[in-house]
Amino acid sequence: MSVGRPLLHTSYASDMALFNTGTKKVAFAALLGVGLALPFVLTDDILLQLASACVAAIGAIGLNLVTGYAGQVSLGHAFFLAIGAYTGAYLSGDRGDFRAMGLGVDNMLVWLPAAGLVAGLAGVLVAPLATRLRGLYLAIVTLGLVFVGEYILTEWNGMTGGLGQGRRAAKLSLFGYRFDTDGPLLGLEVTRAQKLLLLMLVLLVIFAIAARNLARSKVGRAFSAVRDRDIAAGVIGVNLARYKTIAFGISSFYAGCAGALLYTINGRFDAGQFNLALSVLFIAMVLVGGAGTVSGAILGAFFFTLLPRFTRDVIPTVAPFVSTSSTEQFNVFQLEGILYGALVIVFLIFEPRGLFGIWIRVRNYWKAWPFSY
Amino acid sequence: MRTFLEACTRGLGQGSVYALLALGFVIIYKATRVISFAQPAFMLVGAVLVTYLVGPLGFWVAVPLAAVATAGLALGVERAVVRPMVGKPAFVVAILTLGVDQVVRVVTNGFLPSDVRHVGDPWGLRTVLIAGLSVQERHIAMLIATAALVLALFAFFRYTRMGLAMRAASYDQEAALAQGVSVGAVFAVSWAMAGALAAVAGVFSAVGGSVDQLLWIITLTALPVIILGGLDSLPGAVLGGLIVGLVQEITATYQSNIGWLGSNFSYITPYVVMMLVLLVRPYGLFGTREVERV
Repeated sequence: MSVGRPLLHTSYASDMALFNTGTKKVAFAALLGVGLALPFVLTDDILLQLASACVAAIGAIGLNLVTGYAGQVSLGHAFFLAIGAYTGAYLSGDRGDFRAMGLGVDNMLVWLPAAGLVAGLAGVLVAPLATRLRGLYLAIVTLGLVFVGEYILTEWNGMTGGLGQGRRAAKLSLFGYRFDTDGPLLGLEVTRAQKLLLLMLVLLVIFAIAARNLARSKVGRAFSAVRDRDIAAGVIGVNLARYKTIAFGISSFYAGCAGALLYTINGRFDAGQFNLALSVLFIAMVLVGGAGTVSGAILGAFFFTLLPRFTRDVIPTVAPFVSTSSTEQFNVFQLEGILYGALVIVFLIFEPRGLFGIWIRVRNYWKAWPFSY
Repeated sequence: MRTFLEACTRGLGQGSVYALLALGFVIIYKATRVISFAQPAFMLVGAVLVTYLVGPLGFWVAVPLAAVATAGLALGVERAVVRPMVGKPAFVVAILTLGVDQVVRVVTNGFLPSDVRHVGDPWGLRTVLIAGLSVQERHIAMLIATAALVLALFAFFRYTRMGLAMRAASYDQEAALAQGVSVGAVFAVSWAMAGALAAVAGVFSAVGGSVDQLLWIITLTALPVIILGGLDSLPGAVLGGLIVGLVQEITATYQSNIGWLGSNFSYITPYVVMMLVLLVRPYGLFGTREVERV
């Protein structure tokens, strides 16, 4: 690779490399360095939210694979998150807990892949619908999936611990080492929040690189072909049924892992959480972040996970007429709901490529600076 | 048998509300090829408006007024938010309407304090005896209102200039434009009609009960209805609504006999029926099969 001209590729391999420009390598290393340093700079409550954002990003990358890359609109992401969350919690739950059953296998290396695989299997089972249906028909059928899943969970008290009660999320333990307690990590004495963020960050990096790698492979190119025009893709020899099934399977695998991890941060969860609003939140993450890019999905996930913190802490100080109590009229929770809808509208109308698109604009401006093009 | 027939009357009443909601979705889909997820919000707006208007004006004035006001709101939303998106992929516009739904619903919820609000309908939960069956008056009212609205819609599409223009635009927008049809006006009228239908349906969903923040969920049942009937078929929406209503009420009546289904299985029967139908007929019962060219 030539140093001075980042877009000059002299071989196919360098064009298709995981980090195909030098800047990307530097930026990735810098971001990773900042991410690893954050736990030692910020306070614990922000660290926990950042950890949630990392997990949400894993889920958003998963949805982006099926919706952004393969073009199959899925409103059923909450269903797959639920499958992952309950698989993880069931495997690592205590045996003989009278309220919610469990198997007592609390090693992360067991329950995390298992949660992903079970959700992925569910995705593969749903895929035949996707191969028969297209566009909005598929969106509504996957929406039906959320309702069916929600119903099964509200009825299955032995698994969910009952509505309003909930059950404990999976235990973050690796060969007996606990990530969800204060304690030593590589010789340093760290808090639970610091450990959680480091763990989730490492997992996010693994999942993100895997997704980026998938996108540049044969499978990823097939996804893009299906998205751009599925009939044309079929004509040039892409096996539609096969790649739609793969897309749903992998996306659901990501969702399952994210679901299993998401509630380990708060500790408990109940069946009411896996509703349409959760699916829509993930769709919003992907669209506002930037559909069809891994970094866009991560940006979107961080944006929407940290948005409540912004509205609850910053807005009441600059606009004192906004109440922080949910019982009064015009409170931050209402504002949050409005903001969340309005952001989706504004982005879709003015910047359809999302936050990632804003970055592209900034980059293009400075590329030609001081000339306008 | 008696239980079964009474379940059927309930189902037809509830189904006619679904039919109204589904008609709104289908009218917008036919004009703009987009499913508007903002319908739940309009339905809630209509019901909430009636709870405020019914005191001074009475039920029979409040309902048309609320329908007109909701139609105006829908018109505004179409002009401000949806029109700039003409030509964008249907999925993107659908998600955009989800954003609209969120905003409108949060604002509307602000007008729903914790006390119970009623639409002040004249029927309540009273029943009458018809041929030995006890039938709730509200279900008869729903059926009659829906029948009247469906007839009016039929006449509108069949006999008026605007109706003809809307039918033309739904076949081929460019050809209609070339013939002098104002496609923009067609979009606007479709959204307004869908808003008004949603408002009426919202009122009837709250008849015999109260208006709360979760009333909008009923609208989502109209989604399996339109898929069942076919996205672009008005008769399909009406028939699909009635079928879904019937199946749901009959399940609700007999689900306690089948223990493993759980106690609220009727809640998801519309989705189950939809998935079963789609596996056999991917474009619904009456939908047009899409012709695809590469």
